[in-house]
Amino acid sequence: MDFFARIGRSIIDNCSTMGRASILFWGAMVAKPQPTKSIPLVIKQMYVVGVQSLLIILVSGLFIGMVMGLQGYTVLVNYGAEESLGPMVALSLLRELGPVVTALLFAGRAGSALTAEIGLMKATEQLSSLEMMAVDPLRRVISPRLWAGIFSMPLLALIFSAVGILGGHLVGVDWLGVDAGSYWSIMQAAVDFNDDVMNGVIKSIVFAVVVTWIAVFNGYDAMPTSEGISKATTQTVVHASLAVLGLDFVLTALMFGTE
Amino acid sequence: MGMRKIEIGVGLFVSLAFAAALMLALKVADQSMSGGGATYKLYAKFDNIGGLKVRSAVKVGGVTIGRVGSIHLDAEDFTPVVELIISQEYSGFPDTSTVSILTSGLLGEQYVGFQPGFSFDGIESLADGDYIEDTKSALVLEDLIGQFLFSRGDD
Repeated sequence: MDFFARIGRSIIDNCSTMGRASILFWGAMVAKPQPTKSIPLVIKQMYVVGVQSLLIILVSGLFIGMVMGLQGYTVLVNYGAEESLGPMVALSLLRELGPVVTALLFAGRAGSALTAEIGLMKATEQLSSLEMMAVDPLRRVISPRLWAGIFSMPLLALIFSAVGILGGHLVGVDWLGVDAGSYWSIMQAAVDFNDDVMNGVIKSIVFAVVVTWIAVFNGYDAMPTSEGISKATTQTVVHASLAVLGLDFVLTALMFGTE
Repeated sequence: MGMRKIEIGVGLFVSLAFAAALMLALKVADQSMSGGGATYKLYAKFDNIGGLKVRSAVKVGGVTIGRVGSIHLDAEDFTPVVELIISQEYSGFPDTSTVSILTSGLLGEQYVGFQPGFSFDGIESLADGDYIEDTKSALVLEDLIGQFLFSRGDD
């Protein structure tokens, strides 16, 4: 009987967690937006979440593009098709690596910070004091962070892809001697703006919502102890990464599966 | 003072992202070729188009002058019809021009090779909607191997 009770308890726990997460999402995103008050808050959070993630995105984008240029070249040169390096680098960055790696890095760099910040606000009873002053913490604290994450991540993913393609150019063309003209022109023939670039942007918007939501909720729902905050931070990174990878398969199947 | 630094940072971040989007649109996906610029259409019937795809290049002596717009089967004689969208700056090709489906390199992608014909008196130039009469189909490797085996069998 204990066994069944454990299963039941964990299911009920999961359901109520989902419910609390949905209430938070509704309260922060939909209920009574106050654009004049929240825009400065969103801009401040975009600085923390977006601008401060820029360095890691630029560096990893450049290096992933360079590695793909190098690896792609060593395989393609066997078939005399090293000119196809351009579309290989561009398509894999735009369709997959740009949105996915950005989301994973974002979960590690900004998501964990959001969770820790909000968790500490809860532990030090700042959220309760806001409520005491009749300020809704969902609107004042959670909402700007969610919006900032949702705005920032697609922009970061675009920057990641662009820098990665330049990194592939650096290795493929400038170092290994693929012809620069064919690197760009075969890429241009293969990449379609709506099918590839826009689908990548849609992917990263979905990832942005999921990752920021998980980060913010874990902080808001954390046990208000130092142990609880550390657990919530770990959970953010693990859950967000798993959600991104799982969703990526679903989105890829929907977007590119029927081709 | 704090807010100003933040605003500058966010402004730079958004403009950087905008520049990246612009680069992806113009340099990587080449929107300008398909979107802007006046074009006209020519049609060509082939027996076999091989691996030709929509958006494949149309080239004159290696210079890209347009793209393949659409590929469909003619309703009456069941032969593939290829629509060629040619940039308006390359116009006035003579009526005697020929097109053939070629492959760039041994394993490369296929494109439409456009061979301008000689123009002399009485030859009109190709205008929007014209069909190019003289076409050469794609080289299908399997047919080639089949012919080779067949001719070997005679010995």
